[in-house]
Amino acid sequence: MAEISKDQVRHVAHLARLAITEEEVETMTQQLGDIIHYAELLNDLDTNNVEPTTHVLDLKNVMRKDEPRKWIEKEDALKNAPDHKNGQFRVPSILE
Amino acid sequence: MSVFDYTLKELQEKLHNKEITVSELVNASFDQIAAVDGDVKAFLTLNEEAARAQAKELDEQVESADNPLFGIPLGVKDNMVTKGLRTTCASQILDNFHDPLYDATVVEKLAKENTVTIGKLNMDEFAMGSSNENSSYEGTRNPWNTDYVPGGSSGGSAAAVAAREVFFSLGSDTGGSIRQPAAFCGVVGLKPTYGLVSRFGLVAFASSLDQIGPITKTVEDNAHLLQAIVGHDPMDSTSANVAIPNYSDALKQDVKGLKIAVPKEYLQEGINEEVKTAVMSALKVYEDLGATWEEVSLPHSRYAVAAYYLLSSSEASANLARFDGVRYGVRSENAKNMIDMFKHSRSEGFGDEVKRRIMLGTFALSSGYYDAYYKKAQKVRTLIKNDFEKVFEDYDVIIGPTTPTPAFKVGEKVDDPLTMYANDILTIPVNLAGVPGMSIPCGFNEQGLPIGLQIIAKHFDESMIFRTAYAFEQATDHHKQRPALGGAK
Repeated sequence: MAEISKDQVRHVAHLARLAITEEEVETMTQQLGDIIHYAELLNDLDTNNVEPTTHVLDLKNVMRKDEPRKWIEKEDALKNAPDHKNGQFRVPSILE
Repeated sequence: MSVFDYTLKELQEKLHNKEITVSELVNASFDQIAAVDGDVKAFLTLNEEAARAQAKELDEQVESADNPLFGIPLGVKDNMVTKGLRTTCASQILDNFHDPLYDATVVEKLAKENTVTIGKLNMDEFAMGSSNENSSYEGTRNPWNTDYVPGGSSGGSAAAVAAREVFFSLGSDTGGSIRQPAAFCGVVGLKPTYGLVSRFGLVAFASSLDQIGPITKTVEDNAHLLQAIVGHDPMDSTSANVAIPNYSDALKQDVKGLKIAVPKEYLQEGINEEVKTAVMSALKVYEDLGATWEEVSLPHSRYAVAAYYLLSSSEASANLARFDGVRYGVRSENAKNMIDMFKHSRSEGFGDEVKRRIMLGTFALSSGYYDAYYKKAQKVRTLIKNDFEKVFEDYDVIIGPTTPTPAFKVGEKVDDPLTMYANDILTIPVNLAGVPGMSIPCGFNEQGLPIGLQIIAKHFDESMIFRTAYAFEQATDHHKQRPALGGAK
């Protein structure tokens, strides 16, 4: 496993939709590097024949009936929104 | 004697006999909050007006009260949504979330029992932390000594019970977030089996690990509170559809012949001597009660913290994508276009630890690294789960310390994420395996800070935990001690 670079940190921040300052790039590179380095401990273990655990209980796909039912009203759904108009959430323009 | 010294059963009787009223209990909570919460800082939002009005209504109905939770003041960790009552997860990104649209299933279930919600409790932001220092508000302090942390992430929930601000509280536990603060604050905290309590309305941190659980002063109260919040919930697809026993029945059984396993990894180097001594004394108590114990091994314990941080951060990075400044929460004013708005809202709204974990998780899930980190951690999770299953083939319970040390000082570990993470080394394996675990008070160190004993059982065997914990509690008086801020003379 490789070291994590500043460019990788910038790329990951973009994927995570976080705006980070150059100063944060410095600290994040250091701290993520340390954590990743620590996680390499897991490579001591041979896991070739081990199944991954995604879920501890033996649950298969849990389905519900696909039928409409009453939930919250549109007005309620909008009342915590930072901005809305004509019954819809409003966001800044997608194109500059 | 204060009203806070009574058990739920005793309170139920006193309410019935009109020796006490719900209003008096609710007043006692708000009086104590007024007296000590300036120091403890357990509450983020109070529900005072509604709680006092509800108390008056309930006082008209005491004759019909048929459960031990009726009229009892409770605190709820601020990552469970409460209809119309501000829910922040102790994060700036939800600072203005004043009007949630529905109640979490646990909150709804407790409302049916007629508990009274006093307010919302402080925590590490989005439940990420072990000290409450990651709250974006002022961090909760340990009621036993306010120079020390209360633990986390459910630090407010544990401190509020220890400081007698409420009679019980709800916490959530992803890697130790109920048990570790319960240990640090000298109260009883249970992380139930994954899937036993509905997560609907719990703001998700790591969905395959999160569980809601009760924090109380006694084991008996804990059984009553768990009874009220368990059960299958169609609104949570990971909720287990299992038969629910009567947990109070388990309190009647003794521990004669009980087979206890003590993992050697939980008592080796790195575990504080005073903690070891307290745990060994507890094992002596069990011997005297007719149980036997043997040393066992959970050989993959040392890999748990690394696997946990990869898995929980990966899940968190996906779960926290919903905080984008569109539908609720705080939106940044400093943005020109939509992507920019997402980025600035999130960067201004999230604290450092949350950003660090989102970054770690995004990295571990990103193209080219998924197999090396995320999938590897899932495989190690299997090995850790197998360790527990193997021990439970031969033993009834696992006992060890809850934490390597008692509470540490505010500021002591805050600058080094890895040192902070190591604090959860004894609680994390339990979440990875999905089994239930409880912390109960088992002594104090030289500075008078509480020490927690951890009791772990197999999947859905909470009754075994209650039985084991109750026997110890009856034989000792650690749970009767209380901090100066909780009214000790």
